[in-house]
Amino acid sequence: MTALLEVSGVCVSFDGFRAINNLSFSIGPQELRAIIGPNGAGKTTFMDIVTGKTRPDSGTVTFGERSQSLLSLSEAEIARAGVGRKFQRPTVFEDQSVAENLTIALKAPRSPWRVLGWRESTADRSRVADLAGEVGLADALARRAGELSHGQKQWLEIGMLLAQEPRLLLIDEPAAGMTLAEREHTTRLLVDLAKTCAVVVVEHDMDFVRRLDCRVTVLHEGAVLAEGSLHHVTRNTDVVEVYLGRG
Amino acid sequence: MRAPFLARNPSVLWFLLILALFTIAVTVLSEAYGVASLSTSFVKTLGKTLCLCLAALAMDLIWGYAGILSLGHMAFFAIGGYMIGMWLMYARTEEIVVQALSGGAIPATAEEIRQGIATQIFGVVGASDFPLVWAFAHSLTLQMMLVVLVPGGLALIFGWLAFRSRVTGVYLSILTQAMTLALALYLFQNDSGLRGNNGLSGLQNLPGLSEVSQDSISVWFFWASAAALALGYALIAAIVSGKFGSVIRAIRDDEARVRFLGYSVEGYKLFVFTLTAIIAGIAGALYYPQAGIINPAELAPIASIYLAVWVAIGGRGRLYGAVIGAAFVSLLSSWFTGGRAPSIPLWFTTIDWVDWWTVLLGLSFVLVTLLAPKGIGGIFDLWQGVRSPDRKGAPLGPDQGALQQSEARE
Repeated sequence: MTALLEVSGVCVSFDGFRAINNLSFSIGPQELRAIIGPNGAGKTTFMDIVTGKTRPDSGTVTFGERSQSLLSLSEAEIARAGVGRKFQRPTVFEDQSVAENLTIALKAPRSPWRVLGWRESTADRSRVADLAGEVGLADALARRAGELSHGQKQWLEIGMLLAQEPRLLLIDEPAAGMTLAEREHTTRLLVDLAKTCAVVVVEHDMDFVRRLDCRVTVLHEGAVLAEGSLHHVTRNTDVVEVYLGRG
Repeated sequence: MRAPFLARNPSVLWFLLILALFTIAVTVLSEAYGVASLSTSFVKTLGKTLCLCLAALAMDLIWGYAGILSLGHMAFFAIGGYMIGMWLMYARTEEIVVQALSGGAIPATAEEIRQGIATQIFGVVGASDFPLVWAFAHSLTLQMMLVVLVPGGLALIFGWLAFRSRVTGVYLSILTQAMTLALALYLFQNDSGLRGNNGLSGLQNLPGLSEVSQDSISVWFFWASAAALALGYALIAAIVSGKFGSVIRAIRDDEARVRFLGYSVEGYKLFVFTLTAIIAGIAGALYYPQAGIINPAELAPIASIYLAVWVAIGGRGRLYGAVIGAAFVSLLSSWFTGGRAPSIPLWFTTIDWVDWWTVLLGLSFVLVTLLAPKGIGGIFDLWQGVRSPDRKGAPLGPDQGALQQSEARE
């Protein structure tokens, strides 16, 4: 099985500080992966590189069967290639309804002229309704996103990612600020998601990672420290040292 | 099956209806076609106001919907005016020159006529040859195309440079203002080819229609302005009510997020910037034949700031708000500055409204921004019973990204 995303030998420095140091990482299609690591390990920078927000100093990032390089593409082009990203803070368009939020995200031509001529078809409308149902917002289609609770906004954003029909999803701390019930719902959503596309979850919360029950990559100082099942990496002495501190 | 566009947007239907009634009323009251209770100059003022409303609509699209505070749209407006003014002045002068030369023994050659026109037009700036920019001035069709192409082209180039570098917010506003100022200063020069600070004049005289009185012409232009406003309103309403409108409002609220959805934010901004520049240019081309004169002072940055003030007072983010703001404030402005408003004697000074009007305008802008961020358009919300929750500006959600009080309207 070839990898969907292949990151190899990537380095990034900010003003001399090496945020990412010779990082190599790969993920196959339809794989769920958790990335953990202490603060400053380079988790967010890694996402920035893949989505085109940050350009690495060296290394390669390739995506898809044809191993297309992502480094020369803009953020929007990378998103159109099939990489979706969810930020830690729920970023939905609060001024617009849940249905409008989902409609914007629906997979469709993105150029201004095509969008200008776009008319909602019955298929689009039922797709939006399905998506809202999937993330538990079926009754809230007409509500403004700004009125939703924190957890509902997170789900709406996940719904928007689903609507994009991405091949790779990068999700930053999905469980932050959620109640226990909301966490369980989120876990189910992510596990379901991983059946159709590759999902990378960055998370601090070990308990949440345990629930996901997937392969774990531990980042430390901008490089991969360990990789394997959660059980395996928590036994790793390096990982224990990093997390508990060397004193 | 979805309801037709007008049924989904009843405010568009209402607006078009009110505009139609207003147009009929003005026609019936005009000197040329009715009972002559409105003076011709007032009909011109109303016609000009409709053009300003169209420019305000463009401003609302770029600022209220796309969130780009452009301080350059009155420059596009004035350029539109210059483009049509060149043809008006050329063709009108041509008539005069041809008539003057017809008394001679031998008929004047085309070259002599052309030379005569140039001397007439440019004598005032000490030149007697046509500059390059007047190359198409003889043709109404070509100049009308330039009304669209020059503001659109300028906006396209300027916008491409600015948006590509991801200049946003107040920096972009300053940049557009600098563009406006540079353009005005350039046109003030005598050798800019557009008669320096004299500008173009006599634009109210339509070539070939010298026997038609201004009474009729003023009503014709009023009709044209009303039609342009109606078309502009319907066009912009159609744009903002669909997915495109949804995308540009999303860009206004969080452009990084829109980028990660796969939309090229720069392309959308450029599209809206260029489209609104073209609309402003067309509005200007209808405005200046009614005003009769255009000079570089019309491009001063203050004009574009006024445009923003109108939209803010009327209520940005809703189209009828922009129209109401522009009509209300500009008509009030011409009343106050026309010397008809009674002065108020106070014990230490006299409030003479010609001077004090700008103070009043500035004050009301501050008050509207602070107390009624929805502007005059917000009255319609009150009327329909839509109320913002009074949350004293506290976020509605647990997060900094959550709605603020001012945004919480239905």
